[in-house]
Amino acid sequence: MEQVELEIAEWRAFIGQDPALDGRDVEELETHLRDQIADLTTAGLAPDEAFLVAIKRMGRLDELSREFASEQSGRLWRQSVIADGGEQEQADSRWVEALVFAVAAAATIQIARLAAGFPTEQASWLTLNASLFVLPFLAGYFARRRGLQMRDSLLTAAPFLVSAVVINFYPFVAGGSTELLVAAHLPVALWFVVTYPYTSGVVRSHERRMDFVRFTGEWFIYYVLIALGGGVLLALTAFILEPTGVDAERVIDWVLPPAAAGSVIVAAWLVESKQRVVENMAPVLTMLFTPLFAVMLVAAIVVYVVTGLGDAFDRDLLGVFDALLVVVLGLVLYGISARNPSASPGWMDRIQLVAVASALVLDVMVLGAMVSRIGELGFTPNRTAALGLNVLLLMSLAGTAWLSARFLTGHSTFNRLERWQTSYLPVFGVWAAAVVVILPPLFGFI
Amino acid sequence: MQIDKDLVAASATPLVLAILAEGESYGYAILRRVRELSNGELDWTDGMLYPLLHRLHRLGYVTTEWRTPPEGRRRRYYAVTDGGRAALAEHRRQWETVTRALRGIWRGGDLLSFAFGRA
Repeated sequence: MEQVELEIAEWRAFIGQDPALDGRDVEELETHLRDQIADLTTAGLAPDEAFLVAIKRMGRLDELSREFASEQSGRLWRQSVIADGGEQEQADSRWVEALVFAVAAAATIQIARLAAGFPTEQASWLTLNASLFVLPFLAGYFARRRGLQMRDSLLTAAPFLVSAVVINFYPFVAGGSTELLVAAHLPVALWFVVTYPYTSGVVRSHERRMDFVRFTGEWFIYYVLIALGGGVLLALTAFILEPTGVDAERVIDWVLPPAAAGSVIVAAWLVESKQRVVENMAPVLTMLFTPLFAVMLVAAIVVYVVTGLGDAFDRDLLGVFDALLVVVLGLVLYGISARNPSASPGWMDRIQLVAVASALVLDVMVLGAMVSRIGELGFTPNRTAALGLNVLLLMSLAGTAWLSARFLTGHSTFNRLERWQTSYLPVFGVWAAAVVVILPPLFGFI
Repeated sequence: MQIDKDLVAASATPLVLAILAEGESYGYAILRRVRELSNGELDWTDGMLYPLLHRLHRLGYVTTEWRTPPEGRRRRYYAVTDGGRAALAEHRRQWETVTRALRGIWRGGDLLSFAFGRA
């Protein structure tokens, strides 16, 4: 029996290395193996023979691992890591591919700027169209990477063309609020369009949608990192150029926008190819910031209740609360996408519920004050956009709070919560598109 | 008789849910029951049961709990939920429709060959 124990220990160590299997899975498979060996020895087999038969029946580890990997929180990339490890050559050509799209985006934005009169002046159509010079390249990059069919590629291109036509034919009042709203909402709407090539056209799949959420969060982290590094680089450049008398500000003016545009693609490429790196970072960041936000929100409620809602409430506050809810929703979405869906409720889920619930309470207080204020002052484009977004976020978070409370009390599953989030996502995309297309004519393009 | 892989895969979910509907159980015992029910003809690769159980858990069809029975080793026990029962009922409806259709056409065939065989 000694020998078999040794062999089992070795086998356990071997399958324990597999990233797709966690400690619990290994333990479960081991009890299975031991049950099988016990039965076979009772039937008359020698222990070492029984071990071999039991291993054989368990199946090949690579197939098992693939099966586990595809099951666990849609982490399909692990599958590809397992399947095509060692294909260095392909990775290299992918690198070039990303670079081509990044350079194309950078060049396009630069040409557009020159056309808009840079460096002497800047036409307002540039701000309005900025995302149209960058995001099509991101969509194109994914269309190429995923090997999209012609029909799907055309479907991807259509929203870009339609929005380009719409926003450039709308007779915006120069510098008006609808123009600024469109400039702010168009990138969001177009980001949702990128979902289509990213998921290879399978936008209905909840798992793939969750992959896109994960991608968005990881892309954001990479983009911030690139921006920080770029900032350091530019600052040092400015210092180095100072003694030569070259105007550093003009250099930055030339370099920054194309670099920012190219980085969008580079960050996407980094998420795609260096996923393992950011994958470890994402859960840590969520774990770090969810409790901090929970504390901040609870403290804010206490302060609001003690001091009361003063007259200091101006309309900008609604925008601030929109931002707050977006951040909370982002943390929740990110937490959900990084979580092991089959784990039982833990303390992180509770803290998340506290954060969401307090954000809701705060927002309802603010919203109440705002609605009465709008009643007095009437609707403007800004107020309509801010209020609409606020209501949508409120509904999304209310659903989240309700489902996560039910999950924590054992009345529902985590899957429901995940489904709620992925089903609700398109609402935000539709809202952003509506602000771009419907809101300006509604308010006469002011 | 070797049963087709796709068929094994398609029947796995209802089979596991039905076994768990009989009472809570653990991986090894579920597989033993599958062999017993099919007289050893439904041959699963043992390991593949566990990803399936993971999936059923994620969908909320089963609950799991680690427990050590009075005698025996610590195991992960699975029990079917109401959602699992509903899913099982749906699976059952679908399988009954399929088998009814197949039985209908095969019985017809048998009758024909029976009639022609006589003639």
